[in-house]
Parts: sequence; C-alpha cells; structure tokens
Amino acid sequence: MAKIFVDGRQYEVVAEDNLLHACLSQGLDIPYFCWHPALGSVGACRQCAVKQYRDANDEAGHLVMSCMTPATDGTRISIADEEAKQFRAGVIEWLMTNHPHDCPVCEEGGHCHLQDMTVMTGHASRRYRFTKRTHKNQYLGPFINHEMNRCIACYRCVRYYKDYAGGSDLDVYGAAHNVYFGRTADGVLENEFSGNLVEVCPTGVFTDKTHGEHYNRKWDMQYSPSICQGCSVGCNISPGERYGEIRRIENRYNGSVNHYFLCDRGRFGYGYVNRKDRPRQPLVRRDGSLVTVPAGEALARTTQLLKAARGIIGIGSPRASLESNFALRALVGPEHFHDGHANGEAALARRVLDILQTSPLPAATLRGIEGADVVLVLGEDVTNTAPRVALAVRQSAQGRTARMAAEKQLPDWLTEARTNVGQHEKHPVFIASVAVTRLDDVATHTMRAAPDDIARLGFAVAHALDATAPSVDGLDPAAMQLAERIAAALSAAKKPLIVSGTGAGSAAVLQAAANVGLALHACGQKAEHCFIVPEVNSLGLALLNVGQECCDLEAAFSAVERGAADTLVVLENDLYRRAERARVDALLAHVKLIVLDHQSHATAAKAEVVLPAGSFAESEGTVVSHEGRAQRYFKVFAPRYNDPHSVIRQSWEWLDDLRERTQLSAWRYFDRLTTAIAQALPALRKIVHAAPDAQFRASGLKVAREPHRYSGRTAMRANLSVQEPRQPQDPDTALAFSMEGHNGTQAGTRPSALIPYAWAPGWNSPQSWNKFQDEVGGHLQGGDPGTRLIEPAEDEVTARYHDAIPVPFVASAGVWQALPLAHIFGSEELSARAAPIAVLMPAAYVALHPADADLLEAGENSTLEVSLPGEKLLLPLRRRSDLPRGTVGLAVGVPGSPWFAAGAPVKLGKGSST
Amino acid sequence: MTADTKPLTHRVDLATPLDIRGYESQEGYAAVRKALKKMQPSEVTHLVKEANLRGRGGAGFPTGVKWSLVPMGESAPRQKYVICNADEMEPGTFKDRLLMEGAPHQLVEAMIVSGYAIQASRGYVFLRGEYVLAAERLERAIAEARAAGYLGANVLGSPWSFDLFVHSGAGRYLPGEETALINSLEGRRARPRAKPPFPQIAGLWGKPTVVNNVETLCNVPHIVLRGSEWFRGLSQGKSKDSGTKLYGVSGRVRRPGLWELPFGVTAREILEDHAGGMTEGLKLKCWLPGGASTDFLLPAHLDLAMDFDTIAKAGSRMGTGLLTVVDDSRSIISVVRNLEEFFARESCGWCTPCRDGLPWSVRLLAALERGQGQPGDIELLEQLCRFLGPGRTFCAHAPGAVEPLQSAIKYFRHEFEAGVPKPATRAVAQRTTAAQAVA
Repeated sequence: MAKIFVDGRQYEVVAEDNLLHACLSQGLDIPYFCWHPALGSVGACRQCAVKQYRDANDEAGHLVMSCMTPATDGTRISIADEEAKQFRAGVIEWLMTNHPHDCPVCEEGGHCHLQDMTVMTGHASRRYRFTKRTHKNQYLGPFINHEMNRCIACYRCVRYYKDYAGGSDLDVYGAAHNVYFGRTADGVLENEFSGNLVEVCPTGVFTDKTHGEHYNRKWDMQYSPSICQGCSVGCNISPGERYGEIRRIENRYNGSVNHYFLCDRGRFGYGYVNRKDRPRQPLVRRDGSLVTVPAGEALARTTQLLKAARGIIGIGSPRASLESNFALRALVGPEHFHDGHANGEAALARRVLDILQTSPLPAATLRGIEGADVVLVLGEDVTNTAPRVALAVRQSAQGRTARMAAEKQLPDWLTEARTNVGQHEKHPVFIASVAVTRLDDVATHTMRAAPDDIARLGFAVAHALDATAPSVDGLDPAAMQLAERIAAALSAAKKPLIVSGTGAGSAAVLQAAANVGLALHACGQKAEHCFIVPEVNSLGLALLNVGQECCDLEAAFSAVERGAADTLVVLENDLYRRAERARVDALLAHVKLIVLDHQSHATAAKAEVVLPAGSFAESEGTVVSHEGRAQRYFKVFAPRYNDPHSVIRQSWEWLDDLRERTQLSAWRYFDRLTTAIAQALPALRKIVHAAPDAQFRASGLKVAREPHRYSGRTAMRANLSVQEPRQPQDPDTALAFSMEGHNGTQAGTRPSALIPYAWAPGWNSPQSWNKFQDEVGGHLQGGDPGTRLIEPAEDEVTARYHDAIPVPFVASAGVWQALPLAHIFGSEELSARAAPIAVLMPAAYVALHPADADLLEAGENSTLEVSLPGEKLLLPLRRRSDLPRGTVGLAVGVPGSPWFAAGAPVKLGKGSST
Repeated sequence: MTADTKPLTHRVDLATPLDIRGYESQEGYAAVRKALKKMQPSEVTHLVKEANLRGRGGAGFPTGVKWSLVPMGESAPRQKYVICNADEMEPGTFKDRLLMEGAPHQLVEAMIVSGYAIQASRGYVFLRGEYVLAAERLERAIAEARAAGYLGANVLGSPWSFDLFVHSGAGRYLPGEETALINSLEGRRARPRAKPPFPQIAGLWGKPTVVNNVETLCNVPHIVLRGSEWFRGLSQGKSKDSGTKLYGVSGRVRRPGLWELPFGVTAREILEDHAGGMTEGLKLKCWLPGGASTDFLLPAHLDLAMDFDTIAKAGSRMGTGLLTVVDDSRSIISVVRNLEEFFARESCGWCTPCRDGLPWSVRLLAALERGQGQPGDIELLEQLCRFLGPGRTFCAHAPGAVEPLQSAIKYFRHEFEAGVPKPATRAVAQRTTAAQAVA
C-alpha cells in the first residue's frame, strides 16, 4: 500500500497501481479513454491529465498523465487544478473537432463513455469551425456495425482485438488525423470475441448490430442480472428488454468469471427468445394435431395423462435450471428421473463431477486460468465448447511478457513495456486436440491425435511427473518426448493448469487429465484444473443425481421398451439432439408425451401436450457452471405484460402445479423450491447462497429492473388498452418489474448478484462497473456473484490414479471413428436459432483426412454417404489434413448434422462429386 | 582541409567516395584496429563521455552517457544493437546525406567502433527511404568491410562478432524519434514507444539498443584516434560543446550549403561568411537555427554562438544546426502554415493533442493567411502551443511542431492580427437595427 495525496486529501492506495487506476478505485473521477482495466495504460488519449507536485513545497507542479504515472508512496497530485481541468477539456475539444454531432441518432447515445467524459470535463461548446474528416464504413458481419466517423482514435479496439483477443483481421491504418480502424476489406470479423468491441469502444464506432435492428436507448430497457446459457462457463450477462423482446445482451461484470468480456455466441445468440414460432400458449393434441388451449385445460389434460399412466418417466435437461429439473424429479420420483444428457455425455459429466469432488486440485475460475503460467489443454477445443475459457487461456500465455517486464521492474499496467520487453514470448501452452484449434497460435506445441492417443499422452505426462502414476505401454518415442517436455514445463511452473473436458467424448481423456492433476499434486505443485462440460447446467444435473444410479437416456429407452412406463415428461429438451433418430422415433411412438419448452422442435411436435415454458429471460433459476459455481439468473421481463395472450410460465411453475394436482403438495415460491433442493441434496446445499432471496431489500427497497429514466411506460401498452395496468409483481425475487426501487441513486448498495445493469451517476456506459468494484478491475464489492459448491478436500486426498489406459488408436479399414467437431456458431441448440448466429453457422459436413478421402476417391466438392448406427445420409466432404487418419469429423448439432455418439463407428461410401 | 580541423568531412567526396583501399590509406579503419586491439569496450565509452560528444540529431544528449546505460558483461544479453538514425527527415536538414554519400566507410567504421563499445551483436542503419544513392554506397562499403574482416564473425580475429545492415525507411518523419524508429525496424507502426523501458534496456526486439545520429557516430572514430582532449579543443570561443559541427543554410541566400565548422561559430559567420548573406535585395526577417521544429530567432540573434546552450538561452534550440532563413518578402503566417502542414501530416496519429491539435492549427493559420481569421483565433493558437507543449503529448513531435508557431506569434503578432478582419461598422449598425426591431 501507498499513501498518496489528491487535492490535499490522503488516500491509501495499492502502490503497484497507476494513479488513474488508484484514484478510480477510491471513487474519484478522472476522465479517460485509452486506458481500460483489462488493457492497461498506453498514454495515447492524454485525457487523464492531472497535476503532480514534487513535494509539499512545490506549488507550480506539472501535468502528468495519471495512467502513466505510478502511485508511489508520497505522490501528490491535484485533479481539480485549473490548468489540468482546462487541459482535459481541451482534449475533449480536440476529439470533437472530428467527432460528428450525431448523438441524437447515434446508437451509443445514452451509454456512451465519450458523452460521459465530455460532461465530466465540462467541455460544452466547440470553437472548431472547419470541416471534419470523414471515413467510409465497412461491413463487419452480422454482429457489429461500423461507423468510423465517430472514432476518437483511442486505439482500444485494436489493442483489445489484436493484443488481447488474438485477432488478426482488425487493424489501424493510415496516420495523422486520418487513422482508420477496420479491416483491409469488408468482411465478417473473424475473432470469436469481436462483440466486446461494442463495449471496449468508448463511443459509437462499433455498435451491436443485433441491437440496432430493434433499437432502444439504454434507459428505456428493462434488465435483470442473468447468466448466459450458451455453454458451461456461466458468464454473467445483462440482457435488456423492451416490448417483450430481448434487445441486446451486455456483459455483466463478475470479477471471478467473465469480468469485462463475453464471447459472440453469448452476446449475439439471444434471438431464440424473440422467435415468433415459440410456443406461447399451451398445445394439446386433438384429432392428431396440436391445438391451442387455455392453461387450465392443458393442465387438466396433463393431470389426466399422469394419473392414467402406467409408469411415468421424466427427462430433465442440462439447459434448464436446477429448480425446474428438481421439480420434474419430484413429480416423477428420483428413480424415474433422467438427466437429459445424451447417453455418453451423462456419464462424462458425472465423471467430471467425480474428478472435481475427489481431486485435491481446485477448479480454476476464469481469473485463475488467466493467471496460469503453464497450460496443458487435453482434448478440448475450448474456443468452440466454452469460448470464454479460450480467451482466458490466451491471457495466461500472454502473461509471460508481464513477468518479463516485472523482471525489469516495469509495472504490470504499462502494457507497451510488456510487448517491448517480452516481444512475442508466451507462457507455455500445450494443446493436444483432435483437430486444429483457434488457440494453436499461442501454443508452444500442438499435437493432433485421436482421443485415445490424447489420453495416452496425458497418462504419460502424469507418469513423467510422478513415477507412481501408471505408465503407458508402447508409447511412441515422439509422444514420450512430448510428455516429458510437458511434464518438465508443468513441474517448473508456478501456477500450472490443466484444461480438459467432455468435448472429445472420451472418458479416458478426462481420466488422463485427472491423473496429471493428481501427479502435480503429488509433486507438491499448486495446480488448478478446468473441465468443460457440455451445457450450461450439465454439472448441476450431475450434482442433482449424486447418489442415483446413472440414469441416462438409455435407461429411459429401456424402461419404455420393458413396458415399465408409458408416459414421458420432457423438460426443455429436444430428444432428437440426444440420440439416434430411429431410437427416438421408436420411443416416442410408444409413449404419451408431455413437453415443457420454450422452443418448437421435433420432440415437441410429437407431444400430446406442450406447456409453453419461459426461456432464461422469463425465468429465474440456478445453474452450476463448469467451475462448480452456482449462479442465479432472474426474469428480465414478465411475458404477459406486453402480450396478454401469452401463457408462458416457468417450467418449475407448470411442474409445481402438476405436482399439486397429482401429489397435493406445492412449493409455490421459488425460494421454497430452492431451499427444498438444498435440504434434499447435500451436494447442493449451498445454492441458496447464489443470490439473496425474495425477502431481501436494499435500503428497504426491491431492486428496480428499469433505470430511473425509463420512459414511455404509460404509453407502451396503449395499443392494447389505454388503461395502464399495474406493473407485474415479482413475489419470487428481490427484483421489481419497475423503475421504482433501488436503482443505484439511493443510499446503500445492491448485492453483486442483484445488479441488473451497469449504471452509476455520471457513468452511463459499461465503464460504470468501476463504481461497483472493490478495486477497479478487481472483484465486485461484497464479493463476486455465485457460490462455489465444490472445493478440494483439505484433508487426505481420496482420489486415486486412474489406470484404464486405452490402447493406441489404429485406423481400421472401412470403418472410421466419429469425432465430434464443435462449432461456436451452430453447435449450441438455442443460440443456433438466433438469426445472426445462423448466418455464420456451417452447413452439416463430413471431414476426412485427405489420404482417407483419396481411399474413397473423394476429391474436393464431393459428397459422401455417411452410415451411422441407425442413420444414413449424404454430406458434403471437407478434406482436412489436421484430422487423424482413420477418424471422421462431424459437426456437432448444426442443422442437418445427425446425432451421433462420440467414437461411434462410421462407414463411408461414395456419394457424388460435382 | 585536414583530419585535425575537419575530421568529419576531410575525406568526403560526393562524386567518387573513397573505396575501402582509399579510405584505409587515409587512416580509415585505424580506429577499429585501435579500439579492438588496444581498448576495452568500456574505455571507448569512457573516452566518448570524456570528449563530451553530444547527439547531433537535434537533442544534444551526451552520447557516452547514453552508451553507459547499456548492460555490459557476462550477465548482459548476448544480442545488443547499435542503430544509426539516418532517417534525415527534418525540413531544412541535409547534413547526414553528405556524410553517407560522400564518405560511407566513415559511417561503417563509426558503427563498428560504437558497436564494440557496447558490445553490440548487430548494427542497423535506418536510412531515409529517398536516400537511394546513400543506400547503394553504404551497401557497397559494408560489403567491402565485410570482405576485409571488419564485419562478420570475429572482427579482426577478436572474440567479438558484429554485422551491419542497411534498412530503408518508408518515408515518414516520425522514425526520426528513436523508439518510433525501433518500432518501424521491427515492422510495427512507426510511432514512439512509452519510456520506460529505455532502448538501452529493452530496445530493438526487446534487447539493449542504442540509437545515434549519423553525424554523432561519425565523430567516434576520430575521438578514438585523437583523444578526447583534441576533440574538446576543436570548438572555438567559449562554447562548452566539443568538436566540430556540420552547419548549413537554406533559404534565399547567395550560397546555400553545408560546412563543417567548430562549435561556437556564430550564426552571422555562417550566414554571411559561408552562405554569402541574403540574396540581393532581400533582408533577413527571421531564422530557424536547426530545423523546422525549432523556435524562430530574429536578425538580432545572429551574433549568438551556434551551440546547444547559447541557442537554448535565446529561447530556441540549436537542433540540427542547419539554418533556415526567412526573408522579408515572406508572410510569416504562410511560412508557419507550411511548416504546420508538414507536422500535422507527419503526426503518427497516436496521441490526441498532436493528431487533432496540429490540423486545427493548420486550419486556423490558413484562415488567417486568407484574412478570414476570427477574434479569438490567435489566443486559440497560443493555447494550442501551450497544450501541445512538452509533457502534454506522447513524444516530442508536437512540442517541436509548435516551436516555430509560438515564436512566430511572439515576434510577429501584428501579422497574425492582420489576418483577423476588423468588424465592419456598418454591419454592426445593421445588427443593432435588427435587434431593435425585434425589441
């Protein structure tokens, strides 16, 4: 710590910080542009000038840039100094010489950092009377709009996109007052994290195109603290709604998880909430077709089905909340509850849970990943299965330059010094994967192999670290050498990290990764691990089923086949994405099917009853991230307010009603249900701490979902009725569907899990998260949202080395091993239903090593006949030399791609060539 | 012309520069031999420090001090670089060109000796892109030196290896700043770096690096051969600066040109004795002592000694030491507008004051030049000069750019005021009438 003096007042600050960071952390306001907590200081914009004094006797002082000046003990500065104030206003005036006067029609208006800083400096009228320079804009793809005339050349976009996110297709061109930030030519931005440009840009150069298509000012939207449903990372998001539509998703700061950044799937994949083809009223099958009925009738019909059933099976969903899954489990009985993963995936998710629960290693937070200094990625293509993790791994690689700069006594925040000293040096990252990954560019070494061989490498690394770990027989010398190299790097590391997951569909890969962790622990290394699981609540489902027999879909299928059940309740799940088409067809032909979902899909089309469920935007719920962090999301809006015909209810509410009708017992309130879970299942007992309950009040108030400047409330429903109804009530949470309530202007603070949107007085842009953090860029005040359910056992280690080491993969003639190839855009069910995501989604394909393709005489542009168990189809061929011989890559989950089990035998035949 | 009094130029031959034989026959590469055979690297640095050699690129930083910050010894990085800043882009400055085109071996030798002093592994000549002839001649000289064993592995059989390369710039002003030069050499945008780290600690490719101007470096072999005492004795009068300096004059004088003269010579001697005075019928209005980024001085300042301290005391900078004279037929606004156009165009675009402030000054000057200035314009220019001063901008480009502007306003304010038309009395009367009508 250091004592500094700001305008005569003394402050205790972190000595390692720069003055800007230190002052902002003290709640003081200094305007800035080029500095960003995640991007460091570069001294370009000159906006954060303050006056520094040599000592108490120095009265003249001199201007310094606070972002470039260390907060050393005894520093004396003035923010209020007249010359400094004039200079700061002058900087804005310079920026305004070219900035257009288009705030009223600019999409950034109202959440614009440039507006905020302009007001903060007091600059109000321009003296510049000459013409402005103008630029041409570019098409950057379906996500981001480009309006270069607004550019103030803070260089944040390229520093984020190139230096932070590793993108290569956005750069700065030109010089002088004609610098241009864009691509060499129009085209879709390639980086998977491009959406963060929208928030990184302090003004309206890069704006959210999906938002622009149904635009609202920030203050005119309703928000909730929510959790991204796109993968198992559980990034915190702040969705904005108006007229019953989600209009945009912004990052919600969580200092342990996503902090300032989201992936493009998470940010732009919300369109499924707004789809016109969603079930919004209950449907009941009559004379062979589904017809709309009132809720009471649908419930009565469902109750009738349940009461008449000769055995009921409930199939839950890893994309539904713990509460909804538990409600279904209670309705059908734990022994009849199936977790809704595909067969293999349920077992893999369980295995991950087992590793997390028994390993002495803690599961890494995203922050933890960023701080690792050696990373082994075993079998997981994180960019496509848990994208935000990839961005974190990239930071760990780039952490090397910070360490090199530190060796030269240069501070961490002096970003440029890091690159000047460290150049292109990286911390070691070893990636073993089935195919190329988008992280390969930061990898020290990549190995591409079939999952079994990846597992063998992992086992060999563990053995190289600890001789008591089982050894791998017959490992080829190159793999052995690599294993030793990886082991050497891991054991030399200060913070080694193992990243793996269910993406390769291989239990052996998971076990190998677990062994590496155990071996590192045995060596006394303080390692962490990170296991990616398939979906947003996969780990939650595994926790829900702790102590139960493995109840995957196969068990459900056989129960029906045995005649043990004839009625199926499916919660937020499309079974055709979980098993072979023929099997699902056969299953559904023999059961009475009740579906609760917020999407129309092939399974729902076969139902007797479809109950329209709330999506994440119309529900509250708890989900457990890959890290074991239970996080709560809240309704963004009440669907009936704007659409009186809507009968959308949360799944748990439907199920609670059904439970009351069949078992004469109900929870009625969300908190009661959550508490029931915590009481029933010890592994989940801490979920009640994920967020404050419905009784919580901030300074006596509920938390307002709407900003206090929310406008048009009395008019927005005038097309329905001129009488303004009472605002929807929310008895289940501490949030209100209203602008009344705690919104940040009153005394007291909202707990971190209940902050719906980023706003603080004077700070309208996402930069206002400054005002919610214990230290800028650190954790949220009062701790980051969520509660970790799994911590490593502190006493004796119960985990033992796995020794089921697979034999080497051998290509067999005529049969290929199916490899699941995930795609950030397309593989995830819900986001794939959003129009802008669909634009970037690949069409279904089959990928083969060129040598294997040659065996089939299949050249470029040919089509192959793909025979999977129970399915045969024609798919276009992609010749990919990165795939191991003897394997066939199939896109996971994209439209037209069949469901298949990872590792399934695939036969290929000549289709056609064009 | 002798080596003793005009060390830098006595071997310059622009028509046919000396080849390695000819150069060796005139003491060429003797300094390399002496340094490598008889001196420790630190002794060379010490000697240069003792000689009080100051940077001839314009800033006047003591060369020996710069070198002494480079890590030496066993623990120092194996790769170290010496870079010659030959990106001579300062308007009105053409001295390095003479040295490189007329005596390329002298620079090659200078870089070897300097490289030896810091135990560099490589040297680069960062050459202005337009200097095609200099590039050819340097390349040839380097090839000859390499063939003769002055470059390459184990220079002259010593344990020290050193090689030298010419890199042509892409035609921008900013690589004249040493860290922008390093960025450019690395293939990045030519914009200055933040300091720390200083290049001596982490420069090119993150390794210790010194960057010196052509003329600065060319002094080094002579200091090694003749000693620091001799070097300090070269300057005349009371000048504290050592050695000789390439002085020059451009503008409407009788004999524009370039001369190697002892430090401390007065501007009047340079202008009148060497350049032959102003062209017939013209009078001197003001002059820039050393490039476009220095403050104007007046005819009254002509008797000042042309050295760093004296010119600084007069409120300007000696800069590169090449005078640009402005005659009395010129409008000062036109001259300054032209200069600011150059500086605005050559801004790298990194920091706001320079990128957006300089173009504003150009627009204002152009308006004043056309007589379309408005009340407040001069004060605005003055504010720009203040706000673009040292410490407010990222590098010295903008502070340099406003030096001629601020001094022009200081000395010729009446010309600026003439650019702001007086409000016509009738127009005022009409406005008043209209206002009264409304009332």
